[in-house]
Amino acid sequence: MQELIQQLINGITWGSIYALIALGYTMVYGVLKLINFAHSDVYMVGAFAGYYSAHWLGIAENPSVPKAILVMLISMIVCSCLGVIIERLAYKPLRKSSRLTALITAIGVSLLLENGGQLVFGADPKFFPQLIEGQEIWSKSGIVISNLQLIALIASLTLMGILQLFVYKTRTGKAMRAVSYNIQVASLMGISTDKIITITFAIGSALAGAAGVLVGLNNPKIDPIMGLLPGLKAFVAAVLGGIGNIPGAMLGGLIIGVAEVMTVGYLSSTFRDAIAFGILIAILIFRPAGILGKSTTEKV
Amino acid sequence: MNQLKKILLIILFLGLFLVLDLLISPRMNPYYLQILIYCGINIILAVSLNLINGFTGQFSIGHAGFMAIGGYTSAAFTFYLGPKILETLFLPLWFSKPLVFVAGLLLGGTLAAFAGLLVGIPSLRLRGDYLAIVTLGFGEIIRVFILNIDAIGGARGFSDVPKYTSLFWVLGFTVLTIVVVRNLVYSTHGRAFLSVREDEVAAEAMGINTTWYKVTAFVIGAFFAGIAGGLLGHYLQYLHTNSFTFIKSFEVVMMVVLGGMGSITGSILAAVILTLLPEVLRPVKDYRMVFYSILLVILMITRPQGIFGVREFNWDWLKKIFSRKKAQAEGA
Repeated sequence: MQELIQQLINGITWGSIYALIALGYTMVYGVLKLINFAHSDVYMVGAFAGYYSAHWLGIAENPSVPKAILVMLISMIVCSCLGVIIERLAYKPLRKSSRLTALITAIGVSLLLENGGQLVFGADPKFFPQLIEGQEIWSKSGIVISNLQLIALIASLTLMGILQLFVYKTRTGKAMRAVSYNIQVASLMGISTDKIITITFAIGSALAGAAGVLVGLNNPKIDPIMGLLPGLKAFVAAVLGGIGNIPGAMLGGLIIGVAEVMTVGYLSSTFRDAIAFGILIAILIFRPAGILGKSTTEKV
Repeated sequence: MNQLKKILLIILFLGLFLVLDLLISPRMNPYYLQILIYCGINIILAVSLNLINGFTGQFSIGHAGFMAIGGYTSAAFTFYLGPKILETLFLPLWFSKPLVFVAGLLLGGTLAAFAGLLVGIPSLRLRGDYLAIVTLGFGEIIRVFILNIDAIGGARGFSDVPKYTSLFWVLGFTVLTIVVVRNLVYSTHGRAFLSVREDEVAAEAMGINTTWYKVTAFVIGAFFAGIAGGLLGHYLQYLHTNSFTFIKSFEVVMMVVLGGMGSITGSILAAVILTLLPEVLRPVKDYRMVFYSILLVILMITRPQGIFGVREFNWDWLKKIFSRKKAQAEGA
């Protein structure tokens, strides 16, 4: 029982990080109907931005909370710039061509970032500095919760809350929802769709950057291809929760995270990568719109 | 008469491949030979995926999974059962070895085709990106399961696979794949595949069994992917699940899209280009994959329909030029 609870806690920590990455997928898919494969590598760049800024700020020597927040902000800014650049250079010229072309381009950008990352950062794994000293804040009857796990959960919940408020309470958020509902009609209503798409990329990538730093905190080994599988699983989480749906991405991320940690704990660590896809196939066969998504009927 | 001509043509080609194999293989630089064999395997993969993605309009990125099934099955067959069969069959080795090899390949292809059937079934409900991600998931699940089977190497990889693949087999199966896919696409059934791609609802209204065609495309595509996996395994004499990740599937999808969805010649050309490109870029070392990915992005932006689009390469344009010149000469 204790072990189960402990696994659940670890799973929720991972899940909240998946959820943060999933939000970027869900938002971009919402407005562009594009699986932005490069998103997982933006998350990798986020982790590295955190790594370099932490060293630059000299945080590795004396950890403190305000500096840790600063590192996270820097990494979010770097990532949102990167996201906007990718969108402008690679996806914007393809706005009118088929979705498949855009998908292949996204894969190309992803390869570019991975290989460029190996060139710039070096292919060997790096150790993310301890921004905040890890402590056990709860240790009773065999269940251990560290402050880092709690930080990951709280930070992702906070960011998600802010995003939800932004999308549902501001004019820009309303425009975003309009674009994702119908991009042509939205532009007829005077919404600058290009601007909205850019903002979507900026926000989504910033969240990936935050996820990168949070992963660095909990799992300090970072390397240029670290984004590959978490990225795919985050996309699975987005589909699971219902693509284009913010609470859905959160829910999907948590389910994937918990399922994965449970698989490692009770089955075999080698099945870790299969479980997310197994869940995905099951959900798509029985409820293709995702848990919280609305199913649409096709009109002829 | 026509039938006889076809058979003669097949024999002629087989003879040509055999001569090529016997003459070229021993003298050729092994590095170039390897690239040539990779080209052939990639052509099989790209053309078979084109049937699913290009002609039938389903979007699969799980080709590496089928390839893995075919590769591991055929390797297990020739490794475990092969020696026993060779012992019991009282046939000369030069005859019985290829027999075992082809049997292994066909078995691998069949199992891959069965997996294609399993993947094809969800394709009945899912479209576009969702189908893409499900096929990707299937591919990864297959890979993880193989990783957990100890008899075929598991995480260590499957080594000591007998070396049966030669240029002859690769050329033979490449041509076979191209001929089968081409003849299928240009038959009555081929029109049905195209109609599913163009408009599924309309196709169904015209009385086409879209379900059947979608699943068939998956089964045939997977079969040839399995063959390609078998060829690769018996060439390298070693199989590891790391060669069958979704990155491999992406590579094949890139070939199909780059060549043009629904163009067989396009797939062939793109498979050759994308096999050669990383090798050509070898002198720039670390920048190799960076150039590769940049080139890919630029190509997609500048020519999104692929090199050939839906057209096929033919010599008509040459004829046109000649006939124009003739006309001009006559006019003058």
